Amino acid sequence: MSLSFLEGLQFRRMDSPIHRLDPRAKFVIALSILGYAMLFTEVIPLIVGFAILLPLVFAAKVFRMWVRTIKGVLVLAILIFAINWLVTPDLAMAVGLALRFVLLVAAFSLFFLTTSPDDLGLALEQSGVPYELTFAFTTAIRFVPVLCREAQTIVDAQRSRGLELERGGLLKRIRNYLPILVPLVVGAIRRSVDLAEAMESRAWGVSEKRTSLYRLKMRGRDYLAILLSAAFFLLAMYVKLLSNQPLLPWLL
Amino acid sequence: MPVIEVDSLHYTYPNGVEALRGVSLSIERGEFVAIMGENGAGKTTLIKHFNGLLRPTKGCVRVDGVDTREASVAELSKKVGLVFQNPDSQLFSETVEEEIAFALRNFGFSEEVVEKRVRWALSLLGLEQYRTTSPFLLSGGERKRLALASVLAWDPDVVVLDEPTIGQDYGQKEKLMQFITQLNTQGKTVVVVTHDVEFVADCNPRVVLMAAGKIVADGHAREVLTNPQLLDEASLLSPQVAKVLHHLSDLGAPSSVIDLYEARDVLLRLLRRRGV
Ligand SMILES: Nc1ncnc2c1ncn2[C@@H]1O[C@H](COP(=O)(O)OP(=O)(O)O)[C@@H](O)[C@H]1O
Ligand SMILES: [Mg+2]
Repeated sequence: MSLSFLEGLQFRRMDSPIHRLDPRAKFVIALSILGYAMLFTEVIPLIVGFAILLPLVFAAKVFRMWVRTIKGVLVLAILIFAINWLVTPDLAMAVGLALRFVLLVAAFSLFFLTTSPDDLGLALEQSGVPYELTFAFTTAIRFVPVLCREAQTIVDAQRSRGLELERGGLLKRIRNYLPILVPLVVGAIRRSVDLAEAMESRAWGVSEKRTSLYRLKMRGRDYLAILLSAAFFLLAMYVKLLSNQPLLPWLL
Repeated sequence: MPVIEVDSLHYTYPNGVEALRGVSLSIERGEFVAIMGENGAGKTTLIKHFNGLLRPTKGCVRVDGVDTREASVAELSKKVGLVFQNPDSQLFSETVEEEIAFALRNFGFSEEVVEKRVRWALSLLGLEQYRTTSPFLLSGGERKRLALASVLAWDPDVVVLDEPTIGQDYGQKEKLMQFITQLNTQGKTVVVVTHDVEFVADCNPRVVLMAAGKIVADGHAREVLTNPQLLDEASLLSPQVAKVLHHLSDLGAPSSVIDLYEARDVLLRLLRRRGV
């Protein structure tokens, strides 16, 4: 078992037109695709969604990492498909719901792959989110790689003690993850305590009014990206209304 | 037949890092081997091939004559017990005895045998009084011993320890060294990954020196650890005893001694000859 797909959520410093966009603009792009995916459960419009996303992924030069993320959530997508197919024996619908989920992940994967935690923090701060929250959020993202590496080590250690994750019935399989989860969570808690102590000993939170060296500034291209995203979403909504179906098929 | 046989092994991680670049090594039953080398040399990557956690990108690893590609990690682990560097990456049970029983149950031992083995492993590492304690309440040294106990419990033919001396104080290190040497004299094949030269100088095992994904030397500790070129290549310091003797070489002290007691004898002989 390999956890390498989680690497697909990790930012690498690179330069591309997408990387250079303001994080807020990129977030709106991701949101518009989220909104779009929520409108449809049919296979064709969802595939159109991918077709729109794909050029952006190529422009950002993160195709390989992006594919890895998608591969990683494929299991979940298949699960969504299976459950829906069992509940409502509507094959097209089940495929659509699974695709919708993949499209969501794909859109936000592009966002996280092209936005540095620093920029993300700045964007949150400048949108008025309290610094404590911003800091917690960006720290969580920064620790993803550490957590991944640790999870892999734990999986290796437990497999060396005869743990076979893919063995047994459903219940047994869920229980198989206990020996992985416990050390992972205990380690994460221990590390967070260490981090808090280290931060306090370096006087974190002493200055009342923080200033930033860098400030994000929306430029023409950022406004353009937001405008296009909004237009895309409104157009999709219009098509949906024309096709005269209930607006939100909120099944899963 | 060697118990572990590595044949021109190459391994590349999924992210493209070439961690092993043509490693060949054969370990006989009952041997005591120390794998040494600087951080990132590929030591951990190599030992993860011994129980099939990693499969060769190129080349071949055989355990007891079986190609690791043909066996499951669980099957291989029963023969080759890996003790990881950090005990915290494996401890998860509510009690110490459950922690030890975990692997035994995974390997399908009967409850009777599990009970017996748990008791045996607890006493082997002096953990009897903690039988019903939570592993998370133990001290660092005790947790390390528990991790070791949880592997020795199923009595694997080969025990592989990754950096067992890291983060231990001197007393714990001394005890651990005695314990590992004892395991080996009782017939177990022992492989220790370490860059603790003093530890290795004390145990005097066969030393396999690694650098940048390759084996750069393979021989007796006293030969490898007293070869300045090799030590330099692997970024290791020579053992203190060898260093002292080196500085006394103008008195005629030999340069290939790493054992403290042997060094004392040598020095006494030298002094006597000079009529001190
Ligand atoms: N899970 C991993 N993914 C990618 N690269 C790794 C991984 N583990 C180790 N490496 C890399 O492989 C090389 C050898 O690492 P390792 O075997 O851990 O060395 P050692 O144990 O000798 O310090 C290093 O360059 C390390 O960065
Ligand atoms: Mg290592």
